[in-house]
Amino acid sequence: MATTTGTPEANVTAGEASGEDGVRRRDFIEIAAVSAAGVGGLVMVFPLISQMAPSADVLAESTTELDIGALETGQAVKAVFRKQPVFVRRLTQIEINQANAVPVDSLRDSQTLAERTQEGHEDVLVVMGVCTHLGCVPLGAAEGENKGEFNGYFCPCHGSHYDTAARIRKGPAPTNLEVPEYTITDTTLVIG
Amino acid sequence: MSFPWAKEYEPKYGLTKFFDEKLPLPRLVYNAVGAGYPVPRNLSYFWNFGVLAGFCLMLQIVTGIVLAMHYAADSGIAFGSVEHIMRDVNWGWLMRYAHANGASFFFMVIYIHIFRGFFYASYKPPREMIWLLGVVIFLLMMATAFMGYVLPWGQMSFWGAKVITGLFGAIPIVGEPLQIWLLGGYAPDNAALNRFFSLHYLLPFVIAGAVILHIWALHIPGSSNPTGVEIKQESDTLPFHPYYTAKDGFGLGVFLLLFFIFLFFMPNMLGHPDNYIPANPLSTPALIVPEWYFYPFYAILRAFTFDFILPAKLWGVLAMFASILVWFFLPWLDRGPVRSGHYRPLFRKFFWFGLIPCMAALFYLGGAHAEEPYIMFSQLATAYYFLHFLVILPIVSSIERPDPMPYSITEAVLGSDKKAVLGENAEPVAV
Repeated sequence: MATTTGTPEANVTAGEASGEDGVRRRDFIEIAAVSAAGVGGLVMVFPLISQMAPSADVLAESTTELDIGALETGQAVKAVFRKQPVFVRRLTQIEINQANAVPVDSLRDSQTLAERTQEGHEDVLVVMGVCTHLGCVPLGAAEGENKGEFNGYFCPCHGSHYDTAARIRKGPAPTNLEVPEYTITDTTLVIG
Repeated sequence: MSFPWAKEYEPKYGLTKFFDEKLPLPRLVYNAVGAGYPVPRNLSYFWNFGVLAGFCLMLQIVTGIVLAMHYAADSGIAFGSVEHIMRDVNWGWLMRYAHANGASFFFMVIYIHIFRGFFYASYKPPREMIWLLGVVIFLLMMATAFMGYVLPWGQMSFWGAKVITGLFGAIPIVGEPLQIWLLGGYAPDNAALNRFFSLHYLLPFVIAGAVILHIWALHIPGSSNPTGVEIKQESDTLPFHPYYTAKDGFGLGVFLLLFFIFLFFMPNMLGHPDNYIPANPLSTPALIVPEWYFYPFYAILRAFTFDFILPAKLWGVLAMFASILVWFFLPWLDRGPVRSGHYRPLFRKFFWFGLIPCMAALFYLGGAHAEEPYIMFSQLATAYYFLHFLVILPIVSSIERPDPMPYSITEAVLGSDKKAVLGENAEPVAV
């Protein structure tokens, strides 16, 4: 009774008699009602947030197929994967040697060329054409473009230089150009 | 609160009496921007910019609603629909140029408004809440302007959206999912364009709401003034109407002249030509820059080129947000008892020869290529910017000896105040 206000008589006359534990019926109803409404409101937040995530048709574009049979050594093509450019390059032996000549420990984002390509297709380098700094498209995939100081890719926005294995060597980008998940069967490259 | 000598609204006609009883809206207006609001009699033209900012908000909302009647937020036709507005829609060119240049002028006005606040320390008690709401309005304006710039879906729109949402990707762990969630995809596309349009339409009304709170909070202590001396008596004030409605009207005329020079004679001067190229996700423009009004913050973002515990990119993002968030703490960073820069000799020097050149440099550097020597200058200016607010201002405001101040606004204006504590012939005393 200590938790209720007023005299016991006043409470009784007001129809507000509390139980032996001092909890009024009204307190219980209030807490239950607010809780139910609150939980219901919170549940509604989930769809409101989730609706902003990529929709089914955007997710459905998450694989890209490419025939690389005609890709000559030293040549590169740009493909589109998830609305972003992908660079597919068949490396020359010189480019492979250049990439393997670098001590891996000296790199900002230590990876060997072998780790960035697939077994049996070490000469096929597939990377996202998205600079890891702020997302510009680096140059170097098309003929005649600036390949930067390390003969790979060069991002003109803020001057990131990538080497022949598309690893970051100089400039503000924090990591190597991303290698997407992909599989190669015969001459068909499937990204995603 | 209002001052006891404020004129009271007295409806004269049947209709105004009817309204005053049922819905006292005319009374509200009378007390807010009419004769019922006593204002310091010594306000300079720097006090025009609040009204000008309000005008700009209205201009943007009106032209924006018109543009939305003709614009299509679809990545396939957005660019074309903007050209349709420019070429086919009756007066469409006027509406779009007024909206685009209106955004620029809105920011010009707001920067002067903010720097007025810096110089006269308008953020000091009892006006902290007005200042905090003002910073919130500025942040909302930045978000609105950014999303609006994406809508024409030109090259700068697209790459601006990519770079700015890419900032969120710098946040550890949650960054990349957050970026994908914000864009509704892996790169800016239809989903991003549509939600930006939706929010670009919504936020101006949120700003309008915040402006009402800003003005509400202003009317509690009343406007500050160039002396920084609070209102003491009726002779310190004038009714807002007709004195300041007239002064603001004149200021608005001057503002419109400048605005029209840009609107009618060089409407693309403040824009970027690359945004007349349709968005191409596979080709990056040689120089990605935001609109001029974001240059200082873009310069701060790009100033961080070295890793130090955290990656450089994250430092840049943190510094950029911090450069505005630090304004929230100004009322407590500035510890001096005197408001106005006119009576603060040391503060004034650091304002004119420190903060202003620093901001001017950041404005220039944000639009420059990210190469030396610009990067080094950006780093120096960024360092000074934070030094000013976090170190110089607290120290200067603690140690400086302010100049003698007038007893009242009346004395500042008329040279003497009969009600001054020490009598009519008293000399001004140092506070």
